[in-house]
Amino acid sequence: MAIVERIRPSERSRSWRERLGDAIRQHEGLRALLLAGPGGLWLLLFFLLPTAIVFAYSFARRGPYGTVSWAFTLENYVRFFDWLYIRVFLVSVWLALLTTVICLLIGYPFAFVIARSPRRWRNALLVLVLIPFWTNFLVRTYAIMLLLRSDGLINNALQWLGLIDRPLTMLFTPFAVVLGLVYGYLPFMILPIYASIEKFDFTLVEAAQDLGADTWQVFWRVLLPLTLPGVLAGSILVFIPSVGAFVTPDLLGGGKVVMIANLINQQFLTVRHWPFGSAVSFVLMAIVLAATMLYFRIGETRRI
Amino acid sequence: MGGFAPLDRPIDVELIDVTKVFDSGVVAVDRVTLQIQQGEFFSLLGPSGCGKTTTLRMIAGFEHPTAGEVRIEGRPMGHTPPFRRNVNTVFQNYALFPHMTVFENVAFGLRMKRVPRDEISRRVREALQLVRLSGFEERYPRQLSGGQQQRVALARALVNRPRVLLLDEPLGALDLKLRKEMQLELKHLQMTVGITFIYVTHDQEEALTMSDRIAVMNAGRVLQVGTPIEIYERPTSRFVADFIGETNFLSGRVDDVERDTATVLVAGNRPVRVRIDEPLSVGSEVTVAVRPEKVQIVPLEAPGADGLLRGRVEEVIYIGTDTFYVVRIDETTTVRVRSQNDRNRLDGGQLLPIGTAVALSWAPDAARVLLD
Ligand SMILES: Nc1ncnc2c1ncn2[C@@H]1O[C@H](COP(=O)(O)OP(=O)(O)OP(=O)(O)O)[C@@H](O)[C@H]1O
Ligand SMILES: [Mg+2]
Repeated sequence: MAIVERIRPSERSRSWRERLGDAIRQHEGLRALLLAGPGGLWLLLFFLLPTAIVFAYSFARRGPYGTVSWAFTLENYVRFFDWLYIRVFLVSVWLALLTTVICLLIGYPFAFVIARSPRRWRNALLVLVLIPFWTNFLVRTYAIMLLLRSDGLINNALQWLGLIDRPLTMLFTPFAVVLGLVYGYLPFMILPIYASIEKFDFTLVEAAQDLGADTWQVFWRVLLPLTLPGVLAGSILVFIPSVGAFVTPDLLGGGKVVMIANLINQQFLTVRHWPFGSAVSFVLMAIVLAATMLYFRIGETRRI
Repeated sequence: MGGFAPLDRPIDVELIDVTKVFDSGVVAVDRVTLQIQQGEFFSLLGPSGCGKTTTLRMIAGFEHPTAGEVRIEGRPMGHTPPFRRNVNTVFQNYALFPHMTVFENVAFGLRMKRVPRDEISRRVREALQLVRLSGFEERYPRQLSGGQQQRVALARALVNRPRVLLLDEPLGALDLKLRKEMQLELKHLQMTVGITFIYVTHDQEEALTMSDRIAVMNAGRVLQVGTPIEIYERPTSRFVADFIGETNFLSGRVDDVERDTATVLVAGNRPVRVRIDEPLSVGSEVTVAVRPEKVQIVPLEAPGADGLLRGRVEEVIYIGTDTFYVVRIDETTTVRVRSQNDRNRLDGGQLLPIGTAVALSWAPDAARVLLD
């Protein structure tokens, strides 16, 4: 059938464009390649290739003056097991977890209130959640610094009220870093939880109450399990950027709170030990991958 | 399935002058007073939006009356929350918990009450047996058909052994055949467990089939309360007569009253005799209501044909067991007649053709006088 079609008498007079069109229509493989091609090429050039290079670097040695001298060694990874670096790893995971939990505790009630408010208010409230994104993240982080400084707004206010005599040290502490992270990533927690509460069928709440459940039991046994997809999505969306955060610990931690991304930055730009920096990058990637897998695993085993 | 004489059993649920006005200003329930007896199958029947669900929700405790009082087992409920009322609800869309198995769904209420584990599993098994769902314990609601989900919802409520079970159009989502089956099953179940059922429906046939007593509602008000027979045979208002079954309405003027029978002039001064329960004054404007199946239809040329009204057959609708005739009396009046297709009848099983001149008649106590 296809062959008969292809040797039509008009074949020779047809332009190359028409012939290409025919070829695309007839070959499924070609069609798939053309469709996936641009995206695939983009991924290859800007993700897979650089990742491969960094991966290769992570097994190399540092040459003189910070160059990379090719070798195959595991010493960069072994070196990471120094307490100095393990501590950075633990601090990063801990601060990211803390950020996720705090975002969850704030974000869930927030999302609930938005999802349960009258329909005409909902969009306005969602816009309010997103408004901070209109300003550059860096600018907002500097604004937090202005608030937290020893002679910043908060300390001045507290001193003026006579609640403290000496300014509190808030800037350049883990507190400041977590505050910045929570502030920055809270919307990523609110939005997916909002979406799942919005879909939730509230007659189930009445059904549970009718069967004798009090408010807490309704929450734990009905609302939370059925909105867990939103909670999981929000948690992963907050945890991943938090664990790899760079700007926030850099500015609000002021070098006193070092997270993995700061270590990587330091190794690449200050110490100029690219192979070790690459190895640390891969450790970070492993954490993110583990978190993502955990997310999918929980998502799968949930019985819904 | 006979009716209850009023007040021959303790009152389970009592509504005293209950009114519900929503924030939007809608008066959903308007001064409703009802007494529902223990073990009764009581239906709230009425068209969409008449306040049935709202009434039920006030009994369950999901809404609170704007005025008036709900009493359960004699105790005023006030703002008692749903989980402290000895009632359970079967919701219209079942509201099964999608993340729990059938077993967990049914066990939910008992777990909330901290019933011991082995008692839970025994009672859940019994409840599932009662609704003929044994063996479905480990399924999830989405793996069940509509009828099965319905039964889980029933078991989930019944397992708690409530004093009163509230059902909001529980069969509304089922197809006709399954619905008929479930009606009988539900009625049977109710008689088995002996729990008071308050049943909301807008399907008059369903209400007639299942109920001990029916409250007919319209626009937030209860118009009539009675057994199915009372409601059907002796409607007290035009709305009830029209909503339950089919009725011919003939407006006329009272010409004569002698003891329990009135003569009313209808359709161009034709006198019809009607049994009355309450005294009527001569000259008052009334409506005579008569059910199509109570009207006898005879061709005028038949020997000895006589009747209250005369007319011509305008339409013939054959529906198998019966035939409907639409008979025109005059320009403004038609009467619908439902005639059983029965070979032993005068017309010998033959349909009367369109255009036949006929005489219509009915027994005096087959018709009712309505004042509205
Ligand atoms: N939460 C509410 N807020 C405002 N008005 C309401 C609310 N719930 C019900 N209504 C109104 O109250 C009236 C009665 O509603 P209800 O749900 O009790 O009717 P229903 O008899 O159950 O009708 P249906 O057969 O359609 O279920 C309706 O006019 C409805 O629009
Ligand atoms: Mg309703």
